[in-house]
Amino acid sequence: MNGVHDMGGMHGMGPVEIEVNEPVFHAHWEKRVFATRLACAYHRRWNSDINRYAVERMPPVDYLEASYYEHVLFGLETVLVEQGVVTAEELASGRAAGKADVAGVLSIDGLDTLLQNRIRARRDEKVAPKFKAGDAVMARNINPAGHTRLPRYARRRRGVIDRDFGVYVFPDTNAMNRDPKPQHLYSVRFAARELWGNAASDRDSVYVNLWDDHLDPA
Amino acid sequence: MSSHDHHHHDHHHDDEHLSEHERPLSGPALRVKALESLLIDKGLVDSKTIDGIIETFETKIGPRNGARVVARAWTDPDYKKRLMTNSRAAIAEFGFYGYGEDMVVVENTPTVRNMVVCTLCSCYPWSVLGLPPVWYKSAPYRARAVIDPRGVLNELGAPAADDVDVRVWDSTAELRYMVLPERPAGTDGWSEEQLAAIVTRDAMIGVAVVTVPEGSK
Repeated sequence: MNGVHDMGGMHGMGPVEIEVNEPVFHAHWEKRVFATRLACAYHRRWNSDINRYAVERMPPVDYLEASYYEHVLFGLETVLVEQGVVTAEELASGRAAGKADVAGVLSIDGLDTLLQNRIRARRDEKVAPKFKAGDAVMARNINPAGHTRLPRYARRRRGVIDRDFGVYVFPDTNAMNRDPKPQHLYSVRFAARELWGNAASDRDSVYVNLWDDHLDPA
Repeated sequence: MSSHDHHHHDHHHDDEHLSEHERPLSGPALRVKALESLLIDKGLVDSKTIDGIIETFETKIGPRNGARVVARAWTDPDYKKRLMTNSRAAIAEFGFYGYGEDMVVVENTPTVRNMVVCTLCSCYPWSVLGLPPVWYKSAPYRARAVIDPRGVLNELGAPAADDVDVRVWDSTAELRYMVLPERPAGTDGWSEEQLAAIVTRDAMIGVAVVTVPEGSK
């Protein structure tokens, strides 16, 4: 979706300010919501693409005002209800209408395994690649209302395949209808001048990870 | 709520002076507390596990892991070769696993500077750097890293010379990038531990260079 989350190239956001000796978390609730979301991932009721699409649907003014962990909270509340894990009434009242139908909960001993297998985007099946390193490509001009990992700044821009990472789940469909649509994932190099015009340095480039369904030969 | 709405226009400016906790529309602390207890009641999460996850991310996972990887790559050419060709496996040699994501290490040289960003969300290499700092997840960096990387580097005190290529890696897939910084001059003969101690998080994101702090060695 053409949302405010797709920030690459925007102006007016202010300076980058690095906090010296920044703590891992800044508030107690940040810790709790981060860890709660991870513990919920154990039940595999959604995938990381569904979760990202939930965060992207936060109303744009709220999204820009909110901190990262408020995004996390919004996304978690959204997927819990949309995936039928809790009801909207339970979320609003804070009272459980009954136990969830799940086989156990994450224990701390299971954390390493959960972390290692949490995403699993790479696939073993053989799918023919549409491109190879060195091929000239153009990113498609798509503007889906749903989830996509093709940022606006790269659409309809010409690039070169830098490398082929093999077969991966395609997030655009995996988020919308759980269709993993496995296909090749590439790193595509775009010259900074192709993206931003001649004011950019002719030495610079931006590498974007894109899938077969994002690309046409150029 | 209704009294807040009623007063909203008259006291708009007062709202701006309230802290995040006091602002009526943002009660994340309350919402998180209610959500956690609901999920415990429903049998979906365990509060001891939540404590343990927090402790893990506060004490065991963080940029010191990445610094050890960098220091080994600087001192062991065979390791560096493995790191550059199969990053996830080479990182796993330390017991740091790519957390379900694959890893790609990109190398800085005298003529190439690499910078990592996630313009669409906040993807970050947890296994080597831990959880991302606020600035990495914030709008200014996500917006500017791709269009004005040299401006960002200048502001952060790590400018790239005109004859250096700047390569920005936008993490749009389940692949996480880490920068292998250049080893600073004056560190010949240093041990892996000594080298790891000077490698910073920001250098592994690509917005700083590794330097030898005064008085170190």
